[in-house]
Amino acid sequence: MTDAATPEPLLRVRGLTKHFPARGGRRRSGPVRAVDGLDFEVRAGETLGLVGESGCGKTTTGRLLVRLLEPTGGSIEFAGRDITHAGRRKLRPLRPDLQIIFQDPYASLNPRHTVGRIIAMPLQVNGITPAGGRKARVRELMELVGLNPEHYDRYPHEFSGGQRQRIGIARALAPGPRLVVADEPVSALDVSIQAQVVNLLRDLQRELGLAFVFIAHDLAVVRHFCQRVAVMYLGRIVEIGARDDIYERPRHPYTRALLSAVPEVTRSGPADRIRLTGDVPSALDPPSGCRFRTRCPKARDRCSVEEPALTRRDGADQAIACHYPEPEPGAVG
Amino acid sequence: MSERAERQDRRLAGRSPGQLAWLRLRRDRTALVSGAVLTLFVLVACGASLIELAYGIDPRDQFQGKLDGSGMPLGYAGGISTEHFFGLEPGLGRDIFIRLVHGLRWSLVIALAAAVLTAVIGVVLGTLAGYLGGWLDAVVSWITDLTLAMPFLVVALALTPTVTLRFYGQRDAVPPAFGIAVLIAIFAVFGWTSTARLVRGQVIALREREFVEAARASGAGLGHMLFRQLLPNIWAPILVSFSLAVPQFITGEAALSFIGVGLGEEIPSFGRMIYQSLEYLQTDPAFVFFPGVTIFALVFAFNLFGDALRDALDPKSVR
Amino acid sequence: MARFLLRRALSAVLTLFAVSVLTFLMFFALPRDPVSGMCPKNCDPERLERVRQELGLRDPLVTQYAGYLKGIVTGRDLGGAQGGRCDAPCLGWSYVNNEAVTDTLARVLPVTLSIVIPAAILWLLLGVGLGLVSALRRGTWLDRAAIGFSLAGASFQLYFVGAVLLLVFVYTLRWLPVPAYTPLSTDPWRWASGLVLAWVSLAFLFSAIYARLFRAQLLETLSEDFVRTARAKGLPRSRVYGRHALRAAITPVVTVAGLDVGAALGGTVITETTFGIQGLGRTAVEAVRDGDLPTIMATVLVAAVFVVLANLLVDLLYAVIDPRVRFG
Repeated sequence: MTDAATPEPLLRVRGLTKHFPARGGRRRSGPVRAVDGLDFEVRAGETLGLVGESGCGKTTTGRLLVRLLEPTGGSIEFAGRDITHAGRRKLRPLRPDLQIIFQDPYASLNPRHTVGRIIAMPLQVNGITPAGGRKARVRELMELVGLNPEHYDRYPHEFSGGQRQRIGIARALAPGPRLVVADEPVSALDVSIQAQVVNLLRDLQRELGLAFVFIAHDLAVVRHFCQRVAVMYLGRIVEIGARDDIYERPRHPYTRALLSAVPEVTRSGPADRIRLTGDVPSALDPPSGCRFRTRCPKARDRCSVEEPALTRRDGADQAIACHYPEPEPGAVG
Repeated sequence: MSERAERQDRRLAGRSPGQLAWLRLRRDRTALVSGAVLTLFVLVACGASLIELAYGIDPRDQFQGKLDGSGMPLGYAGGISTEHFFGLEPGLGRDIFIRLVHGLRWSLVIALAAAVLTAVIGVVLGTLAGYLGGWLDAVVSWITDLTLAMPFLVVALALTPTVTLRFYGQRDAVPPAFGIAVLIAIFAVFGWTSTARLVRGQVIALREREFVEAARASGAGLGHMLFRQLLPNIWAPILVSFSLAVPQFITGEAALSFIGVGLGEEIPSFGRMIYQSLEYLQTDPAFVFFPGVTIFALVFAFNLFGDALRDALDPKSVR
Repeated sequence: MARFLLRRALSAVLTLFAVSVLTFLMFFALPRDPVSGMCPKNCDPERLERVRQELGLRDPLVTQYAGYLKGIVTGRDLGGAQGGRCDAPCLGWSYVNNEAVTDTLARVLPVTLSIVIPAAILWLLLGVGLGLVSALRRGTWLDRAAIGFSLAGASFQLYFVGAVLLLVFVYTLRWLPVPAYTPLSTDPWRWASGLVLAWVSLAFLFSAIYARLFRAQLLETLSEDFVRTARAKGLPRSRVYGRHALRAAITPVVTVAGLDVGAALGGTVITETTFGIQGLGRTAVEAVRDGDLPTIMATVLVAAVFVVLANLLVDLLYAVIDPRVRFG
């Protein structure tokens, strides 16, 4: 399904870094390295899943991509243009192409605005008037996401969580984006509602040919939705590749550990289960060398000295940042 | 769904949070009573000239003939009669009722104007400081702290004559309008910081909310962020602080007039009347009673209403 | 902790400095001849000119201000007939009272302190007590009565309450003498009986605010998770309230109290006027009436010192009550 024919990726991220100044505590310490050198690409119409434990920097990454945050380093290229440090004016023409869906449907809708106004906001802000008028467009969008267009004049507090998230989705779709960053769009919803919303997103993605960066900690949801998956740990990507490769043939110990912790997708028996011990180290002071080494069952001396680079082997799509990756199934033979 | 429930549903559908607050306010008995009292006060203040016409007495008229030899009003309880509802002032023999009506008018004019001005300055600087942060925030916060350290009454006391002398000589007649303007300005200069502080806090709390980020991610400009996204969410506390600022300014004006730097003698004022009446505390208590009770009723009604408003706008609050 | 203290103290000094500059500018930069109102009646031009010279009013503003500051720190020579040497915290010479402003302040400050400190103790006890009762008996008639009382109290004007109290207790019942100040050391009984009405009326007005504030804070704290957890763990009610809730609810009360006590010390203008007691507030009013600039400036400064000191004290108390503040 990956549109390999498109030569130029829609989004290209190189060495993306975000450090937050550390506050609180007795002494001023170094910065929090929330995101520390990410490289990835998203092609038009492609869905990339970004997974990892909470605190690994995936939400920060999402906010960097839509430039809600100013990157500390690296570059973001969107549709061939460098937007790493673009100001509001320079970003303006690109804003309609680049939208975000937020995690918390209770916080992401202005409680004082009607649904119609909320969905029309990106149109209004960017001065877009679609043929037939904004109101008609908003009603169309409401129908598209499965809301009753009659509820145009209602307020967010009159809707359930799932409906609210549909409003958030309609708002993101309003200006006709090419890339949508979805920041844990279903994790705040009831499990029974999650499937509905994920299915809606998938249908919309196929129907409109949208590219997605789908941020989630729920591996099952990502597997259902994404063509490609990137696994993050402590601000770094440890493994990236096609969905089936990642889920069927994970090569990074961390990916394997994550997968083995999810009952539905675990294929191997309990004997093969990898348990992560200890807590995620602080991003204030990440471990030397490989960041995962403190919890890695396979860690050796080299891991604490040398940081493994994200490398692609054998011309494959899959890339791993590990000195001692799991052997490829074929190679083991 | 039964027919009734359906009707109920239709009735509640599409209610904005503001409309819901209004519904709650209308169901609150305290709010109704204090609101009615306030309306009455405002009507009296607006119709002061009409009342004067109907009453047939000018606030400057002196009824020396109705005073006894030592300047005390004749008759019962400070000279209350069908002609003089609240009796007469000892000494000058002016009518207390009509002076109170006029005092009410000026008191409300000053308090409302000061409250509006404070709210505008406070909201503008508070939102900008809270949203933009940086040096503006630092400056606004510092000024706020500084104003808190300045003793309001003493500074106002010292400043009023100084400012007046800046524009008028020692012996010039100062027009009443100027005195009023100076009072309003002093209240505004000292009052805006509390609104700014409140608004700043609210904006900082909202700034990181996702709906604000959503607008930012869509490329909204400063104007849209402030007026469309942020302000509609903080007008409730602003309204409450406004409604509670008005009685404070009423009190403030009376206090300044009480210590003799408020309004001049030409404008009747609660504070000045009470100050003058203290001299007659033993001989004519009614003179203390009427202005004192009027200003109490006015301030009390405002406080009750402001309290009810807060409850209606924030049903979770326990205040 | 030491760093926290130092930072607070430094910011307090900065604030005071700013207040002094502002006050100075307010009165000296405005094109009003400060001298004309400064000397007693029938001044001849020659004398006016001498006063101007003595005050250094012909000097540039910065020089004047520097002289003023120097006077506060090291004292200064006023020159001229009256003053001669003016000792260390020199706030200038009042031509109206014909004495050093410092002496005036030394006379009236004990009066204001005698009014405010007992009154503050009274209003804090009353306010916190009322708030506590109404929060614990929430929804009962007791709660409603306490809330009604506090709303009414907040709406009264001090001079009106004072007038009523005077009328009842002094003029009608004659239980109390006409309010006046007697130094505590001279006669504690007369000190108290002369000021008790001022204390009571201040307490009546202020306790209202505290009752409302404390009730709201307490109710909010009691609904918070940590209190519920403490209750669920089986801690007795009294212990939960005493240890956990009160501690959290008292902090905003401390803040407001600091501001109020500071402000009250700086200007019990209304109280002193109502009861005819000569304290700092009355002195300020009279100084304004007489155009006695050095005294006006001194009262503003002293008032600001009280507010800033009270705030500093509150910050320290805060750091004791709530350790998080230290690292804010």
